[in-house]
Amino acid sequence: MPVSRPSHLALGLLCCCSALFAVSLVDAARLRQQRAGSGQEMLALVRQLQLTDLCLFTEARYTRHPSQADLHSAFQDHPLALEHFPSGSLLLPPATLSGHHERLDRETEVPD
Amino acid sequence: MNVWIEKQKYLIDFTLASLARRKAKNLGLLLVYSLIVFLLASVMLFTHALRQAANELLAGAPEIVLQRMVAGRHDLIPPGYLERIARLRGVLEKQGRLWGYYYDPVVKANYTFMVADDRLLAPGTLVVGAGLARTRGVAPGNLISFRAYSGKLFTFSIADILPAKSELVSADLVLLGEADFRAFFDIPPGHYTDITLRVANPLEVRNIASKLAQQFPDSRPILREEILRTYDSIFSWREGIVLALATLALLAFAILAWEKASGLSADERREIGILKAIGWDTGDVLRMKFWEGAMLSLSAFLLGYLAAYLHVFHFSASLLAPVLKGWAVLYPRFELSPVIDGLQVTTLFFFTVFPYAAATLVPIWRAAISDPDAVMRG
Amino acid sequence: MIELRQIHKTFNAGRENEFHALTGIDLQLPAECVTALRGPSGSGKTTLLSIIGCLARPTSGRVRLLERDISGLPERFLTEVRRRTFGFVFQQFNLISGLSASENVMLPAYPLGGDRQALQARAEQLLAGLRLAHRRTTRVELLSGGEQQRVAIARALINEPPVIIADEPTANLDTALAMEFMAIIEELAGTGRTVLLSSHDPLLVESSLVKRVVDMRDGRIVHPAVPAGAGR
Repeated sequence: MPVSRPSHLALGLLCCCSALFAVSLVDAARLRQQRAGSGQEMLALVRQLQLTDLCLFTEARYTRHPSQADLHSAFQDHPLALEHFPSGSLLLPPATLSGHHERLDRETEVPD
Repeated sequence: MNVWIEKQKYLIDFTLASLARRKAKNLGLLLVYSLIVFLLASVMLFTHALRQAANELLAGAPEIVLQRMVAGRHDLIPPGYLERIARLRGVLEKQGRLWGYYYDPVVKANYTFMVADDRLLAPGTLVVGAGLARTRGVAPGNLISFRAYSGKLFTFSIADILPAKSELVSADLVLLGEADFRAFFDIPPGHYTDITLRVANPLEVRNIASKLAQQFPDSRPILREEILRTYDSIFSWREGIVLALATLALLAFAILAWEKASGLSADERREIGILKAIGWDTGDVLRMKFWEGAMLSLSAFLLGYLAAYLHVFHFSASLLAPVLKGWAVLYPRFELSPVIDGLQVTTLFFFTVFPYAAATLVPIWRAAISDPDAVMRG
Repeated sequence: MIELRQIHKTFNAGRENEFHALTGIDLQLPAECVTALRGPSGSGKTTLLSIIGCLARPTSGRVRLLERDISGLPERFLTEVRRRTFGFVFQQFNLISGLSASENVMLPAYPLGGDRQALQARAEQLLAGLRLAHRRTTRVELLSGGEQQRVAIARALINEPPVIIADEPTANLDTALAMEFMAIIEELAGTGRTVLLSSHDPLLVESSLVKRVVDMRDGRIVHPAVPAGAGR
């Protein structure tokens, strides 16, 4: 007969939690299957409407469509205007943007 | 082996009994610790699943989008561009898109207006995203009025609402016919917002993009791979929310560690001395403390992670929504498909469990190697 | 059983507050005998007990236990020797508060990893033998001084050591409790255990229980140990 001891209780609880951890992985697989349908539906909509972005932040142009933004979008009103939307601080400007400007830099390297 | 297990169980017994002596403090510690793991894991699971979703969904985005820039601002594509593109080899399909933003003062939200060609919407009718319908409180058949930038009032009837399950890409959409769009935004025929291209050979995309850039120096091609890359790096560690949370978590850990490192009280010291005097060796004391750290940090990790999993995938990350929402009124309701990155979970595990375990062990080490005869002197 | 040769113990060696606690102790402790170290405070009794009980190492000199030199053993083995050989009753009892009496009694056996049920039974038996059966689940800080000392004695006995070391055991007890303690020690000595006490309490040192008194002063043994009573 096992004696009731704190170590048994604690190890038991830890085992339970670990089992729940495993259950969460199984549950993830189940949810993935369940939600695959809506994923397909969205993909169809993206294709049909030729969408380019996720609808996460609707407060500003450059956060609603970050991939379509240019480096100036955030400073449309004034080149030194401060960002006034919180979501702007959640997103970096797309890395590919500076690339375009780099090219521009090179082109204008030779003074006219 | 059996003796070893039995011995560890004794050490755990003791460590639990000594934890139980400061029940409130240690439960509080466990709670705070779990909360840190919960926050970190929530952000981690959420951003990873979101990135994954973006990757899957935006694979359907157009291969090339051509924008026109005037003085650093987007401008309309003037007539003639579409025809000139047709002469480029390798372009399978091209289409002028019409879309734009509209601020609805009624609910103080921004909408994305868009022409849906193949929907064959009757003039005067709209299809709206489910998020918009919820925010504005409209149903199919309702009438909705928007005052155009020109000042004229337009009234539309809602023909349909986009499926709620697609809110992640469509929450704020207003789909309408081309004629309605041009009338509403006052865009003359032949002008477009931008042009989308489909390319026959995917390997040719970059070539075509550079040809486009040459042919239309005032325009900017955006490739699908660039779109995907934008979303691939969304919420990378440098970005606001993650950075803020990570900093907080680091600070919290630093405080925990500092408290542990400096907080070896006289009582604890005396206790270690007693244990050594009655026959425990340094290794036993260290193992006992190791179990304390391991039990606490392991349970905090598991509890925090499980709570985060439930939060993100069963409760739609409702605690993160206000952060993502910002000033926006319209926020999509969406359920992410759970994608769990083993490496990420392992990293989280190491970064949360190990610092704590180390922080408990190091100060003990110094006390544990001291001579046990100090207790003789009371 | 225990043999000390030229034991020196110096604290803070080489510093300004250098202090010679023991200077050249030679002592033999026979088995199954109750020996008392007597002397004023500061005479080195506690230091000597620490060295005999392997809680501290001498600065120089040799300690032999059962014909075996243990002065040079590394810490792990020394702990092992201590655990198997000595049971300690400290002046301040040194119980771990927050734990029950029986948990405190079992503590020295934890690193041995024996069967829990057997260990628990042994602890309860020991506590019952010391008339503490009813207190076994009580947290030790709620016990009276005498009860605390009996828990400490039970703890010293849990690993069944052949030698019991008690440092000033009656210092914190009133006369009645001190008598009680002596009765317990008498009983232990009767079961063939070696008992080593340090005390300057005449009630204890001059009792018939103590078979041998070693007088100490200033870190030395004052005169060759003579049997106190008429016994062996």
